[in-house]
Amino acid sequence: MIELQGVQRVFRVGDQEVHALRDVDLSIARGEYLSLMGPSGSGKSTLLHVLGLLDRPTAGRYRLLGRDVGELDDRALARTRRQCIGFVFQSFHLVPRLTTAQNVALPLLLAEVPRAERQQRVREALAAFGLGHRADHRPDELSGGQRQRAAIARATISRPQLLLADEPTGNLDRSAGQEIVRELERLHDDGLTLVVVTHDPDLGRRAHRRLRMDDGRIVADVREAGAGDAVR
Amino acid sequence: MRFAEQFLFAAQSLRAARVRTLLILLAVAIGTAGVVLLVWLGESGRRYVADQFAALGTNLVIVLPGRTETKGGAPPLLGETARDLTLDDALALQRSDAVRRVAPIVAGSITVTRGNRAREATVLGSTADLLPVRRFELAAGTFLPRGDPRRAGAECVLGRTLQRELFAGAGALGEWVRLGDRRFRVTGILASTGRSLGTDLDEAVVIPVAAAQALFDTEGLFRVLIEATDRGAVPRACRDVERILRQRREGELDVTVITQEAVLATFDGILRTLTFAIAGIAAISLVVAGILIMNVMVIAVAQRRTEVGLLKALGAAPDSIRSLFLWEALLLAVVGAGAGITIAEATSRIAAAFVPALGAGTPGWAAVAAFATALAIGIAFGTAPAARAARLDPVLALARR
Repeated sequence: MIELQGVQRVFRVGDQEVHALRDVDLSIARGEYLSLMGPSGSGKSTLLHVLGLLDRPTAGRYRLLGRDVGELDDRALARTRRQCIGFVFQSFHLVPRLTTAQNVALPLLLAEVPRAERQQRVREALAAFGLGHRADHRPDELSGGQRQRAAIARATISRPQLLLADEPTGNLDRSAGQEIVRELERLHDDGLTLVVVTHDPDLGRRAHRRLRMDDGRIVADVREAGAGDAVR
Repeated sequence: MRFAEQFLFAAQSLRAARVRTLLILLAVAIGTAGVVLLVWLGESGRRYVADQFAALGTNLVIVLPGRTETKGGAPPLLGETARDLTLDDALALQRSDAVRRVAPIVAGSITVTRGNRAREATVLGSTADLLPVRRFELAAGTFLPRGDPRRAGAECVLGRTLQRELFAGAGALGEWVRLGDRRFRVTGILASTGRSLGTDLDEAVVIPVAAAQALFDTEGLFRVLIEATDRGAVPRACRDVERILRQRREGELDVTVITQEAVLATFDGILRTLTFAIAGIAAISLVVAGILIMNVMVIAVAQRRTEVGLLKALGAAPDSIRSLFLWEALLLAVVGAGAGITIAEATSRIAAAFVPALGAGTPGWAAVAAFATALAIGIAFGTAPAARAARLDPVLALARR
């Protein structure tokens, strides 16, 4: 599903070059559950951004779903993000002036889904994430766990194949964090490819495949039956 | 993203920043209202002047002694006028069948005395036809008598102010006043009409033309007013006047014939230009409002960086982001301009209720022009911030702070 070959990402800071990614080779199969760990500045966020088409590699090849991403223009990249990729962020990134339902509906709005269908799908999504009673509340009226669930509902409402989560539990307390992890793993069980960037070793250990990054390189790539299976 | 959705999204974000939105709307509304109201005032002024001219009669032809022409060389100095325009010239003009009435005018200034009161007054020497030609009205008595214009009668008609000041409220009809060394009997009082093309009729005294000629010791007329039989006959009247006068002066035409309509057209042009100039100045306030829109949009883009980043992450193309912010600018411009036009219309109606001369209702073209300007300004000043939003790097925009 995902294939990176010799991917580099170089930032210029002043007259210095910062290598956020050095020669990253990585392939991810459909339906994998992958965790991405490493110290701050190791390049894991940059890798996530590249995977999510928010950032372009400086060098190297990235094939997503059989297509070379380097050949896509901005419009095509946006369309691919819209159709194939969902993002979950540490700080939720809900639009504060919109209600939960409107926030969740955003990807459908961008995809020009007709109003009636949109409302139907948003209702279903909210129900699936236990937010049915919070549809008309604004983000500042929701708890952290509810906010992140709304964000996940939004990330998955256009039925993407790839879900990218950047520290999804970083801003949550323990129980809310566990609840979010359960939601993500439930989505993975339904066939979604899941990539989680995290600092939390417990969360990282749950993945079936664990990548460790340091200084822009993947330094470890371990596959095993994750704890995610054991719990349930 | 669909247009309707973009519109709703933009409207919602404007609603969320309520105070800021209202302030910008106010700025745009004031700018628009300013343009429309100033145009309206200018137009009202123009119409007022046009009405004034119309009140004098649109079929008026005026003959002035002397010829003003564009010639090479030095401008004509004193004594350029070859011949006076005489009373006989004026009377000869009645031969044309396009001419209904002729009113020769001798004008001057003289002291009018009655007993121990004296007032400086404008003297208009003319005939009985002056009354209908200039559409004067009498407050009391009768105008100059009909009869031979060459007879220097001793009748006079006083302006309102002159009558009041000379007679201090006492009846003036039938009384005698002295103009220079001649005595005149007051036969009528002019109704107050205010200023009419530079002459304050309230302070004028009208006497027979021959008497005025004698009084000022001149053969020459100040001008001749001619009323054509109707508006369509004005060009023919002009031609006849020129032909008759040319005949009477051995083929040389040393008079100037102007029509009321030509004068009106000149004034009309000047006032219209003035209105445009004023509207242009007012449009500057619209540009200022446009800069405010740009300001607000730049701030909005900065404040909503994460939102823009998020929309991009969710798969919004740069075009969609640009449209969203352009819609906001456009909405501000359209709603602001609409409010401004409404305010202007209401103001004009209220003002016209107190000052009827202003005329209720702003000119439609001004509203349309102001609206279009506001729209253009909204697009022009919204484009740069919208492009800025569209260019925003989603990674930086979403970076944790």
